[in-house]
Amino acid sequence: MSSYYENSARGRLAGLLDPGSLVEILPPTERVVSPHLRQLDTPAAFDDGIVVGEGRLAGRRVLAAAQEGGFMGGAVGEVHGAKLTGLLERALDTRPDGVLLLVESGGVRLHEANAGLIAVSEVMRAVLAVRASGIPVIVLDGGTFGCFGGMGIVSRLCDAVVMSEEGRLGLSGPEVIETTMGVEEFDSRDRALVWRTVGGKHRYLLGEATTLVEDDVAAFRAAALSLLDQLSDPGPDLSLAALEAEHAVLGSRLERFGDCGDALDIWERLGVEEPEKLPILDTADFLATVRDRRA
Amino acid sequence: MDVTILLDRLFPDGHETAFDGVYFDGIGRVFGTEVAVIGTIDNTPIGIELAFRMAGTVLEVVRRHPGRPILLLVDTQGQRLSRRDELLGINGYMAHLAKCIDLARRNGHRVLGLVYGQAVSGGFLATSLLADRCYALPDAEIRVMNLPAMSRVTKIPLERLTELSASSPVFAPGVENYRRMGAITGLWEGDLAVCLAEALAAPVDGDPRRALGEERGGRLLARKVADRVRRDAA
Repeated sequence: MSSYYENSARGRLAGLLDPGSLVEILPPTERVVSPHLRQLDTPAAFDDGIVVGEGRLAGRRVLAAAQEGGFMGGAVGEVHGAKLTGLLERALDTRPDGVLLLVESGGVRLHEANAGLIAVSEVMRAVLAVRASGIPVIVLDGGTFGCFGGMGIVSRLCDAVVMSEEGRLGLSGPEVIETTMGVEEFDSRDRALVWRTVGGKHRYLLGEATTLVEDDVAAFRAAALSLLDQLSDPGPDLSLAALEAEHAVLGSRLERFGDCGDALDIWERLGVEEPEKLPILDTADFLATVRDRRA
Repeated sequence: MDVTILLDRLFPDGHETAFDGVYFDGIGRVFGTEVAVIGTIDNTPIGIELAFRMAGTVLEVVRRHPGRPILLLVDTQGQRLSRRDELLGINGYMAHLAKCIDLARRNGHRVLGLVYGQAVSGGFLATSLLADRCYALPDAEIRVMNLPAMSRVTKIPLERLTELSASSPVFAPGVENYRRMGAITGLWEGDLAVCLAEALAAPVDGDPRRALGEERGGRLLARKVADRVRRDAA
């Protein structure tokens, strides 16, 4: 078993795709780095914290991007974002069977905040263009830094999100909320609270994550493959009817859980017996316990 | 600018808008064209209820008024920073709003954004940055974070950031920075109804912001890098 959480972006891709199939585009040897970091005397990375390329998943042709949390928490700058947008637009030309986004990001990179914010909106437009053209986009979220900020929005624009229990998904990270609104709003050092608010198990119960897997690269691979095949026919649906259905789901979530102050309240309302025990269950037991209990 | 003055200036032929707290929607008429208007006031944070409500209005316009242009007048200090909104998946609500705006564009609605107050981070990402074109009033403010907060987080001295922001549009708040980087198509001044009518009539094709940012010298790498990744042999 190889931990997805502890792996690097390149390690995850190597284990996820068919052995030796990844061909990286603009690899570190090209040295396409952020000019803005240099200007602020901040160390740059030769890949700007993201790996993009083509590969195979059990023979299916895929494009894949992996953000490297080890470099500035996977934050999106001008080059980083442009690589992701370019990869998505490449899919419009090469028509792969799907696009895989291995997200790990704190959001916009503050050192180049304006460029990063605009870049994220370009990624958003590109994701929706790829889906509208009939190609599924699948998100994998199980990295050390989780997935927040603009990338949290991007993730939910995609067809499906695979998470591990260690994965985290949200908009404003706990530290950001604590720093801005005070520790009484969100205590970012309370790991149990953080986990049950933005962690994989809660996201799965709420329906924000499609699939929950163990923290194992092979499990992510199996889930991505299964989703790729499920989603390829009839393909992504961004029709008015599909968005009205999504609207109804989100409206019902507000009605059912809008007054809940804690995940435990939501889990209880979902009919989970002994909700306080969910955090300690391993993934298999958890999935068995919450079967038919998801929102 | 006060929103009632703004609406009068945008729609000299008349408008009917309904306000509910910080939210409003309705229609305005400009030179014979009916435009759906959706917006917020008072620099309001966008939480899940507001994102959901705006998404519902966009869907209703698409369903009931095929082709009607949509003008987003969103005045926001950003996404609502709250544990409860995170608990309920605010990123999913923001993404839903973005999908609805994108649906409108794909179904032939011209979608325009006008930043008349503030536009910040997530509240901007899920609304006007998804429009076909986004414009701003000259005295509006667009930012991710102010420089003192940025200095604290990045540990880069405030003096250094201030000094660099005189020449670089890349991190400091400001409408002009976003214009130089291509995200703001142009500033609206003078006769706002004429500005709106011209924007409604201008052709749109794809996402021009990288090319604009390059042309205006504010964002020199985004277009080149994206094009290389799109077209280089793997």
